[in-house]
Amino acid sequence: MRSIGYLLIGIFFGIVMFKSEAASWFRIYEMFQFHSFHMYGIIGSALFLGIIGVQLIKRKKLRSFFGQRIVFVPKEKSFSRYMYGGIIFGLGWGLAGACPGPIFTLIGAGFLPILIVFIGSIFGTFLYGLIRNKLPH
Amino acid sequence: MEWIFEPWPWYVSGPLIAIIMFLLIFIGKGFGMSSNLRTMCTMCGAGSKADFFDFDWKSQRWNLIVVAGAIIGGFIGANLLTYDLSVAINPKTIVSLEKLGFRSAGEAYLPAELFSWNALGEIKALIILLVGGVLIGFGARYAGGCTSGHAISGLSNLQLPSLIAVIGFFIGGLIMVHLLFPIIF
Repeated sequence: MRSIGYLLIGIFFGIVMFKSEAASWFRIYEMFQFHSFHMYGIIGSALFLGIIGVQLIKRKKLRSFFGQRIVFVPKEKSFSRYMYGGIIFGLGWGLAGACPGPIFTLIGAGFLPILIVFIGSIFGTFLYGLIRNKLPH
Repeated sequence: MEWIFEPWPWYVSGPLIAIIMFLLIFIGKGFGMSSNLRTMCTMCGAGSKADFFDFDWKSQRWNLIVVAGAIIGGFIGANLLTYDLSVAINPKTIVSLEKLGFRSAGEAYLPAELFSWNALGEIKALIILLVGGVLIGFGARYAGGCTSGHAISGLSNLQLPSLIAVIGFFIGGLIMVHLLFPIIF
């Protein structure tokens, strides 16, 4: 049963990514040119509601649909991995114009060259796994 | 209901993304897309090459189902919910893209120069897509998350590491678009 829930959430997510144009290479370029409020509005409004909601969950000690406690695991403290990793990710985001969610959305939308980006992202993840011990974290 | 076939404005899309995150939180999971790439590496047998991939991928099955949904959602969005695929970007953006040689700006969802069938025959386009993908996958895992995991989930939980990562995303994106695009295109 839960699988159907995950599938429906995923479908909803894919539709939102496509219809919001957050999956459009052009919108990402426009965002990095500061030519439009669109992408900032999407991320900003999601974040505004996200911060309020997470605070509510924490303060009211809300429970999940299944009655379990909701725990937010803090990210481990560091600077270098987030900054270096973030910059590398940003270079790719700007070049391919898609982050991981929209990559999947665009596969479904039928833009087949995005499969090259997808294969690259799998290879990049694998490469990280191979050399992560040599990188500053 | 005609609006549903138009591009959805930010004040509709952003709140919907927050709802998606909260649905996953209330199911007892979290919103993060790039971790699926690691799971897929493990499914392909990467666990024998590096410890990083040596984990029980079945624990991430739920997120792979979300991915399957995102693919179906992309199909629905493009084929059933959209008449006109062109993205109405700022005319200034169109001009700057035309200078770089992108003639499909303002008339398509993705640039034909990179994402059309013809582009698949261009070595340069293939390299750009592949390198872009490698940077995305490598960077997301190095930073421990992507736009969903850091910019939405992490920042919603006021995590300083996520703020550092998002600043990194923008430094990288700005370097790419402003400094490297004129060299690449």
